[in-house]
Amino acid sequence: MERIPILKMGSFLLVTVQVDMHDRLAMTLQDDLTGRIVKDRAHGVLIDISSLEIVDSFIGRMIGNIASMARVLDAETVVVGMRPAVAITLVELGLSLPGVRTALNVDQGVELLKECIEERAQGNGHVAG
Amino acid sequence: MEKRTKLAEIVGSQQDTILKDWVDFQLNAITLRRDLMKESELREQSREFLNLFTQAAQTGSDVGEATWKPVKDFLGQITRSRVLLGFPPSETATFIFSLKQPLFDVIRAAVKDPKDLVTDMWTTTTLLDKIGLYVMELHQQNREEVIHRQQEELLELSTPVVQLFENILALPLIGTLDSARTQVVMENLLQRIVETGATISIIDITGVPTVDTLVAQHLLKTVAAARLMGADCIISGIRPQIAQTIVHLGVDLSEVTTKATLADAFMIALQRTGATVTKSAASKTKG
Amino acid sequence: MATLRDEIYPIRSSDDIVKVRQITREWALMQTFSLVDQTKIVTAASELARNTLEHGRGGEVRIQALQEGPRRGLRLTFTDQGPGIPDLAKALQDGFTTGNGMGLGLSGSKRLMNDFDIQSEVGKGTTVMIARWK
Repeated sequence: MERIPILKMGSFLLVTVQVDMHDRLAMTLQDDLTGRIVKDRAHGVLIDISSLEIVDSFIGRMIGNIASMARVLDAETVVVGMRPAVAITLVELGLSLPGVRTALNVDQGVELLKECIEERAQGNGHVAG
Repeated sequence: MEKRTKLAEIVGSQQDTILKDWVDFQLNAITLRRDLMKESELREQSREFLNLFTQAAQTGSDVGEATWKPVKDFLGQITRSRVLLGFPPSETATFIFSLKQPLFDVIRAAVKDPKDLVTDMWTTTTLLDKIGLYVMELHQQNREEVIHRQQEELLELSTPVVQLFENILALPLIGTLDSARTQVVMENLLQRIVETGATISIIDITGVPTVDTLVAQHLLKTVAAARLMGADCIISGIRPQIAQTIVHLGVDLSEVTTKATLADAFMIALQRTGATVTKSAASKTKG
Repeated sequence: MATLRDEIYPIRSSDDIVKVRQITREWALMQTFSLVDQTKIVTAASELARNTLEHGRGGEVRIQALQEGPRRGLRLTFTDQGPGIPDLAKALQDGFTTGNGMGLGLSGSKRLMNDFDIQSEVGKGTTVMIARWK
């Protein structure tokens, strides 16, 4: 069965979505990722969607779910690389991805994750979406 | 049916005479633009049209028929080139309507029976009117295409996005913003954010005379889209009247950082990106 | 108004949704829509194809490339013979959902396009027409 690969980078997990995701693949990713957060004791998840040409409400919801589930498992999620056309469309569609942090690229995403985790460690960092 | 073929016959046999008279008429017409088209070119176009016209007329005078398609295609071609050269519609129409007199002359000479003459004249004039109207429509269509293209070209001239500092972009908006322009400008900004990786962008509207609901909404949508991509926007240069309009329109800007001037916005942007500005020792002693 | 191309594709499985997205993208490109417009059209198509599959128990989409004067357009008509929608006004509200989406399918698609029309009859099925012009 087709799967989206999940890479480990230190205490973070990196997922690069490179295909036009069909619904089943999205659900599989959700399962795989939550499994890996626990197994690898990851504190952060980076989802790189720079190859995605569209994000519809189904994929949007899946991203939101992953972020919520990750938070329960004590990991922060950052979505990186959303294309301008996709962002404009999502705004028009009425989807704001509440609770999901975003960054322009993987580098900035890693920085953001580090900041979040530091804040948390200091105990003042309960960040609401 | 017989009379229609007669028209074709007459035109066919006297093509040279008609062409000569017709070209003379066009050359003497006050609408002729010698600056835009050479005489030889006009002569060539007239000759080719008359050829096609004669061929089509042999099959009848219903311009809706497929046999008239070559005539229409040719007209489409010359109308397009005339529109591009900036010909007025009256000139394009004259091309067809000036053919009436030469045609009538040869018909009058060839048809002896008064009844037949009236019928032939009527057929010819109706036919040319139809073609004339068709040409006017073509002219109009081509003009619309030109306008449409110019509008698109104008959008491309829109506002440049400038980089103020590492990670800081600015978009100085100038002039009236309509919905189409705002959209293009905003798309440019988002594209530049991706290319530069700039985390903060300042949208400066000092040079914008008015902001209506639609433009305000586009601004808000851009800020929202930038956020989804992982970047922040500051809107600066909001003049008192615009602040009043925004509040009256009920547009909610509370989620967006706004500053009165571009300078204030720049300072905030520097702070957020972790940079500081200090006066050097030399300038302190001088000042 | 002239129809430049006119085809019908089935929506029977989740793979067909991906296929509808690809075909819509191709056609939008053919009609020379800007990248942002393409994305809007494809996203709306994806939402409605999923509706057709999940709420309408499958159906089909008719896709038409149109031209009116200098303007080019793309029209998509989604048809199913499913249970239909009892309360259209409610279904068009943001956040209304019966399936597992975010309830933005219909209202969101409407915002992404220029033309939007929906016909539905309980027990007979639903037809949604969307079009975008450039």
